[in-house]
Amino acid sequence: MLALRNLLHDRVRFIVTLVGIVFSVVLSAVQLGLFLGFTRATADVIEQSEADLWVVSRGVTHLESGVPFSESLRHLALGVEGVADAQAHIVSFGTWTRPDGAREGVMVVGVERDGAMGQPWNLVAGTARDLGRPDAVIIDELYKDKLGVTHLGQPVELRDRRARVVGFTRGIRTFTTAPAVFTSLANARTFTGLRTDQALYLLITAKPGADLARLSEALTHRLPDVEVRTTADWSATQRNYWMFGTGAGISVLIAAALGLLVGVVVVAQTIYAATVDHIREYGTLKAMGATNGYIYRVIIRQSAISGVIGYGFAMVIAAFVSRASQAGTTAILLPWTLAASLFVLTIAMCISASVVSINKVTRLDPAMVFKG
Amino acid sequence: MAAAITVRQVTKSYGGGTAAVQALGQVSLEVAAGEILVMMGPSGSGKTTLLSIMGVILRPSSGTVLVAGHDVTALPERELPGVRLRHIGFVFQGFNLFPALTAAENVAIALDLRGERRPAALTRAKDALASVGLGDKADALPANLSGGQKQRVAIARALVGDPTIILADEPTAALDSHSGKLVMDLITRLAREQQRAVVIVTHDNRTLGYADRIVHIEDGRLREDDARARGRAEAGPGPISGRPTREWDLVPFPA
Ligand SMILES: Nc1ncnc2c1ncn2[C@@H]1O[C@H](COP(=O)(O)OP(=O)(O)O)[C@@H](O)[C@H]1O
Ligand SMILES: [Mg+2]
Repeated sequence: MLALRNLLHDRVRFIVTLVGIVFSVVLSAVQLGLFLGFTRATADVIEQSEADLWVVSRGVTHLESGVPFSESLRHLALGVEGVADAQAHIVSFGTWTRPDGAREGVMVVGVERDGAMGQPWNLVAGTARDLGRPDAVIIDELYKDKLGVTHLGQPVELRDRRARVVGFTRGIRTFTTAPAVFTSLANARTFTGLRTDQALYLLITAKPGADLARLSEALTHRLPDVEVRTTADWSATQRNYWMFGTGAGISVLIAAALGLLVGVVVVAQTIYAATVDHIREYGTLKAMGATNGYIYRVIIRQSAISGVIGYGFAMVIAAFVSRASQAGTTAILLPWTLAASLFVLTIAMCISASVVSINKVTRLDPAMVFKG
Repeated sequence: MAAAITVRQVTKSYGGGTAAVQALGQVSLEVAAGEILVMMGPSGSGKTTLLSIMGVILRPSSGTVLVAGHDVTALPERELPGVRLRHIGFVFQGFNLFPALTAAENVAIALDLRGERRPAALTRAKDALASVGLGDKADALPANLSGGQKQRVAIARALVGDPTIILADEPTAALDSHSGKLVMDLITRLAREQQRAVVIVTHDNRTLGYADRIVHIEDGRLREDDARARGRAEAGPGPISGRPTREWDLVPFPA
């Protein structure tokens, strides 16, 4: 009763508190959403490969730094018990020349013709089959501007060789600024300077019911100088490399933490100022026989109410931001797990912000109520 | 019948060492149920200090305080709020209402403290407001009430929890004489009807007419009103015992 009424009574302060909470929660939500978006973008090409296992040259730390091996390893792999399919695969940086002559770094993804793994997904124009045509490439529509592409069938230039855009995907983002360019294995080799018998990865589909750990072991044993990773494991390695190995993720997380810290400070400030303003009322409550616990509940309830309402507004804003980000190359993801965690964080933030006020009230001498 | 409050040889010093201020020295006082005691004294004489000690808000430096027969000076800190809740109702000079709550809610909060549920508490609060003549102001905010009305809300709040004793610190000091009279009428009438002990601190001579007994306090020491003893000797027991009789004590509120 008292908690809510006091909040509504000090309307200006209540609004300041809410603005503080909303600011802080939106900031944190956006930063954490960016983190999730970046994390997904770094490893989308791995996650969406539909392979069970990735064969990687020994010592390779991330997707973009593959070391070539002979494509003949593919035949060795196909001979291993439990392997249903094996495909050569290439992911490597290349240089794209825009019609205006400017150069852009791209991530060339070379996929096997008519293969079942590593293909482009979410196509909105053209099909993966079109990659069978000579010089065909598929790019994501998000990067049209960046790559100077306006229409299907447009001739483009990669490493001074002509190519043609035969399809567009939607929403394949990369964390590095280099957009993914899907093409055939043969084209990928020319675009990235690999020899005609080289590949960077093998994608493996296991036979149904095969034990992946056992299969990895057999492949490692059979193929020279490689590591065999499950798709999940390789994806995690890739994410860790970009998010934590490079520090890129840390800075995003620090921004999120700062957002929450700002929230704690703002809420603590306004709650404390409100407590000081209402100190006589708390003294009166004490004189009337209220325990400290009763007064703590009033203060904590005020913070929690502010927190819940502020969170509500913040999520609406964050949802809009997230929605808007879908149209850009940087996705801000807001899965319900993040929303739920932020709710817990917001409430925890608001309650911890009450501590200073609670401390003040604990030491309050009820004899002050008689002072004129 | 046991005394509502007994104060035995209580002293109180503020601060320590050479800076210590002796606010009360060896005060003993007993207030019976249904008795209206008026305490007078100049500013700084220790009235508020004594009232705070009687109200279990302040601990005495020495001596004992019994509330409804129980020694509260021996109780640990955490049990004191419960004693106040069960036995004491306060009325303050500055009303001390909760500005964000309506009159009814201000009263109901005393019941909320006692764990009473919202709808029942509000109903009882409205009854209590009706008993102080504010039945039609239940939904008014304190800011929209006059001083006298605010003090009547405070009285309803003090009484609704059914306390043994009402302690009022200068309850009329901030009021005009008409409101002051209403407030004094109310406190004393309800106290008599409900057999509550009442201690009123004042330096408003007009409240003296309501007293069963008057004590003077000066430099932290009590002096029973000798006028009362004299009055009794001269006029015999009046309709209200202990009524002051000296001319200058009888400055009633204008009707
Ligand atoms: N919290 C305090 N700390 C120090 N001295 C105090 C405090 N409260 C009251 N005093 C002193 O104790 C004496 C009695 O004060 P008080 O009981 O408030 O008197 P009254 O209510 O009669 O004006 C005064 O000298 C006052 O200055
Ligand atoms: Mg005083």
